[in-house]
Amino acid sequence: MHLKFTDKQNAFRKEVQEWLAQNVPAKPLQSYDTREGFEEHRLWEGKLYESRLSMVMWPEHLGGRGCDLIEWLIFEEEYYAAGAPMRVNHNGQLLLGPTLMEFGTEEQKKHFLPRIASSEDMWAQAWSEPDAGSDMAAIRSRATPDGDEFVINGQKTWSTRAIYADWVFGLFRTDPDSKRHHGLSYMMVPLDAPGVTVRAIKALNGKEAFAEVFFDDVRIPAFNCIGDVGQGWAVAMATAGFERGLLLRSPARFQSTVKRLVDLYRKYAAEHGENGSLRDAVIECWMSAEAYAQSAYHTVSRIHKGATIGAESSINKIIWSELDLKMYETAMQMLGAYAELQPGSTDAVADGDWLEGFLFAQAGPIYAGTNEIQRNIIAERLLELPR
Amino acid sequence: MDFTFTEDQLVFKEAISRFLMTEAAPEMLREIWETAAGRSPELHRKIAEQGLTALSVPEEQGGLGMDDVAWSLLTQELGYYAIPDSMVDTAYVSVGLLSALPATVAARNDILSQVAEGELRIAVAHSINPLVADVHLADRVLVEHQGEVHLVTRDQTGYENNGSNISIDSSRRLSKINFAPTADSKVLDAQAGTVVWNETLNRGALAVAGQSLGLAQRMLDLSVDYAVQRKQFGKPIGSFQAVKHKLADVVSGIEFAKPALYRAAYALAHNDPRADVYVSHAKLTCCEAALVAARHGIQVHGAMGYTWEADLQMFMKRAWALNSSWGTREFHRQRIANDIFADGAAVGPRYTFGE
Repeated sequence: MHLKFTDKQNAFRKEVQEWLAQNVPAKPLQSYDTREGFEEHRLWEGKLYESRLSMVMWPEHLGGRGCDLIEWLIFEEEYYAAGAPMRVNHNGQLLLGPTLMEFGTEEQKKHFLPRIASSEDMWAQAWSEPDAGSDMAAIRSRATPDGDEFVINGQKTWSTRAIYADWVFGLFRTDPDSKRHHGLSYMMVPLDAPGVTVRAIKALNGKEAFAEVFFDDVRIPAFNCIGDVGQGWAVAMATAGFERGLLLRSPARFQSTVKRLVDLYRKYAAEHGENGSLRDAVIECWMSAEAYAQSAYHTVSRIHKGATIGAESSINKIIWSELDLKMYETAMQMLGAYAELQPGSTDAVADGDWLEGFLFAQAGPIYAGTNEIQRNIIAERLLELPR
Repeated sequence: MDFTFTEDQLVFKEAISRFLMTEAAPEMLREIWETAAGRSPELHRKIAEQGLTALSVPEEQGGLGMDDVAWSLLTQELGYYAIPDSMVDTAYVSVGLLSALPATVAARNDILSQVAEGELRIAVAHSINPLVADVHLADRVLVEHQGEVHLVTRDQTGYENNGSNISIDSSRRLSKINFAPTADSKVLDAQAGTVVWNETLNRGALAVAGQSLGLAQRMLDLSVDYAVQRKQFGKPIGSFQAVKHKLADVVSGIEFAKPALYRAAYALAHNDPRADVYVSHAKLTCCEAALVAARHGIQVHGAMGYTWEADLQMFMKRAWALNSSWGTREFHRQRIANDIFADGAAVGPRYTFGE
């Protein structure tokens, strides 16, 4: 055990810190759930890419820096400490990218990965269907082989940011006689293809944050299938856990919210006096965020020594999503009468950011696999309790 | 940056675990509970024979000179087997304090050597614990008096009750002391003593944290065994989601407490200026994991969990008993509050490992 950063790691931190100090926009970007805001975020991603900072863990020939996971944690810490814009291409960068690296052909990697790193292509996910949510193996949307093409029919839903994205990836049934997780294939579909209809779904905050996607005889080349036809389930599962558990929500994100929460409490205590229950709630949030950060370094160190992380990522997913809720619930209590004010209201605190975060936090225990599903995974795979 | 244990450390932990598994079966714990003193000289001798009392004694006094990081593994094993012995207070907490005393303290080296040999029991009387464990059996007692360190025999502490305060963990006897200092008893003045006592308090809290985590793991294992074996509605109760989710929450609590424990142990071993905060974090997180394991453990066991017969009780009760030892929840929360709500506090991303 050696809990000191190396000179190289410190130098990398310093470089990232300085770059961000010079480049983070002084004025916050517009919400990425608007067309203009989405394009502003795409430009920001391009700027990161130009300095090879969009995907620091990717190899240099793909526009990254070949960083290890400790350096990734450092990057994330500096990124959130600098208050840089939210990342909008996580689907492509953290989920599809690693899948392509593991299962894609050389041609697929060459074509798609640089465009993902630069966010020239923005990606949305297409897993859920009206009758296949937590029970993902109930997927019915079809991709029927036809020569060197597939013909796609069906409907996907809860596809975050699909309203502005360029592509979706997800599972489609290529064998019409197959059941459950057999006969599925992992497909990439351009959203501007003839036969695709994207219909926005308004989220709790009233913004078009996600969408339904309808496929009506959409033709895609066989080139757009990742891995073997019929092996989509295995491809999807191989990279799902770790990314959803740790990479999707780095500890720095929550440590940065905790910092704002601590500041909010100090302000509260200065105005209203100390409040034991609020103080305790803030302390508990700090402890959880800190434990998540320590756990991330512990996990990453173990991975560097050859460990593989499986069902443990389900623990991360539960921890960060429930911590996020607790932080915003605590903030709402502190804001009291002002908590309900929407962004843009004259008297809203921090322009309603806490309320926005509170609304978004409601989704945390649901997306990326509900926390009930995660608890089943922990019980069945880590504790080996019977199904 | 490498936040893992060495192969040697993990082998050490395994070896200790195998030893305790054989020597401290639940039936034996029950026998020790029934004894008048609550401790077993036989078990103490075996522990000493394994060299466990010598672990952190400096090499010059015949010990192995191991640090807090090694103890963060060992205390988990002691918790897992609910070891009813004062060895943690003697071999870890007291040894840490004694090692910090200047060499001019005449008794220092002798006592350390005797601890390494397993010949002494030492109790620690710090004002944070109004009731002191194991004074009735102690050969020496380290007493905190207005920041000073005093080293005395048990009779000089003026302890009351002769161990008649019996903890819900029936192996644990507690005493109040009525200590009157003398010029001879003082081994360190208040100025130096305050620093040493703070470190000792951290060590005591960390020992409780490690044991609590081990207890949590044991309660989880017992509950999983029970949930697999017990059938209702024609299937194991462990196949029901309501049961699964309770046990999954115990797992989360334990897994997230481990890094906090290790980080705190490392901070203490390396004189990190924020060691107080890390230790309080570890103490709160590990004790909470144990309380949740007890709460969900008894629920999963159903009526069996409320019986004297089920082994769960021994681990649950020890977890409850240790919960407020070396600082209540409020004490440790306040230490965190003092740090994170201060001007210019190191809160936010990038401070997890100092800088």
